[in-house]
Amino acid sequence: MDWVNAVVQGTLLGGLYAMFAAGLSLIFGVMRLVNIAHGDLIVLSAYVALSGAMLLGVSPFVVLILAVPVMAAFGYLLQRLVLNRTMGDDILPPLLVTFGLSVIIQNALLAAYSADPQKLQAGAIETAAFAIGPITVGVMPVIVFATAVAVIAGLQWVFYHTALGRAFRATSDRQDIAQLMGLNRAHVFGLAMALSMAVTAVAGVFLGMRTSFDPAIGGSRLIFGFEAVIIGGLGNLWGTLAGGVILGVAQTLGAKLHPGFQVLSGHVVFLFILAVRPRGLFPRIDG
Amino acid sequence: MPEPILSIEGLDAHYGDFQALYGLSMQVARGEVAAVIGANGAGKTTLMRSVSGLIRNQPQAIRFRGQPIGGLRADQVAALGIALVPEGRLLFPSLSVEENLIIGGQMGRPGPWNLPRLYDLFPILRERRHVPATALSGGQQQMVAIGRALMSNPDLLMMDEISLGLAPVVIKSIYEALPGIVGEGLTAIVVEQDIAKALSVSSRVTCLQEGRVSLSGASAQVTRDAISRAYFGV
Repeated sequence: MDWVNAVVQGTLLGGLYAMFAAGLSLIFGVMRLVNIAHGDLIVLSAYVALSGAMLLGVSPFVVLILAVPVMAAFGYLLQRLVLNRTMGDDILPPLLVTFGLSVIIQNALLAAYSADPQKLQAGAIETAAFAIGPITVGVMPVIVFATAVAVIAGLQWVFYHTALGRAFRATSDRQDIAQLMGLNRAHVFGLAMALSMAVTAVAGVFLGMRTSFDPAIGGSRLIFGFEAVIIGGLGNLWGTLAGGVILGVAQTLGAKLHPGFQVLSGHVVFLFILAVRPRGLFPRIDG
Repeated sequence: MPEPILSIEGLDAHYGDFQALYGLSMQVARGEVAAVIGANGAGKTTLMRSVSGLIRNQPQAIRFRGQPIGGLRADQVAALGIALVPEGRLLFPSLSVEENLIIGGQMGRPGPWNLPRLYDLFPILRERRHVPATALSGGQQQMVAIGRALMSNPDLLMMDEISLGLAPVVIKSIYEALPGIVGEGLTAIVVEQDIAKALSVSSRVTCLQEGRVSLSGASAQVTRDAISRAYFGV
């Protein structure tokens, strides 16, 4: 039963990873931008929520309502003022700029908040749990997982049932022809980054409630996000959720074998899937 | 010649380091169908990309309704009422037939064209509206490409090689739809390799050769010899 428990806990953890991955997948899908700073932006969101919660004296759940639009606006400005200037046929300049951004965010957080681990205090709900048969499940991980499903479903709806999603897909298909339809590419890219950062804000706040964080942990969140995207298959949002779950389960099962194997076993499963199915388990079928 | 809706004066256009158009000048009158002909590499597509804003040029070189548009972005040009049916159709593969049409009309410019009217023009598209656009046959894809451009209710419609790669019977059916498209004040530029087709649908013809205008005149009056000389430079 311990093993079943590990799978359940890993699945719930996978929801968090799927949220790390969704923002990454979204901007790669729309503009072929690999955002190396994504992990640090997740951590930045957690710190924004931390400051918001301290200033206003409210629960992190309330701060979430504030953090999402703040990060979305930040994402839009970041894209319009910085990243759009680097976008072109060559994918290297935006890659390097986001790498630089990653360094800047880490050091700015270090200067502002020090290297001490921080945590978002959500109160009694953090330790609340309920039993399903012999397995005890934390309320918080269930909330995180349910949120992840809702976020993925929401993104799916935006992509396939709204004018904004149509603009995203058209721009992703053919940037220049999308311009002919009257879509300003710079604005569409800005909106894509804003949406990505809105998801990132949710991921960052839940990360901060679930575990402690410090300015240096962004890198490994980026890796988890990448791995979930690749396992699930690029450009497939539900696949990304599955990728997150597979990664989470691999980690908790590894930890069950030996506590030191947690992160390693996630990487091993990722490498195995990459070797066997290089396009991921659920690649998008393009026309 | 009545008041020109599009006026090009001394346009130099480049493709990277390669200069494709040299001091090109031409006028298109409101409500007419103008044909642009010329051999491969004469600069026809560069001309279309320049007018639509996909290639940006000297602002004053291209004027639309008197307004300089040579330096505008493609989305700004589209908002003014110029639509391009690009060579090779270039539909959005992730979008269904209907979504390709809807996105063509996403600027919300008022005018006669909307989905029902377009489906009346090309009934086969109504049947196949939920299919991915690139799953259609070549001729049907060309209908979507034309429909996508019409959905923006343009004042100037440019069609770049719409018969390229299509069977003659399909070309015939697409050109038969043309009278239903132009008229109602719409101005059109038709780029064609098929000279007979170009002359039969247009009132004026412009021939390009190596990035320059080599012939310009009323379609009914140009002689075969004049076109041959303008086309091949012999």
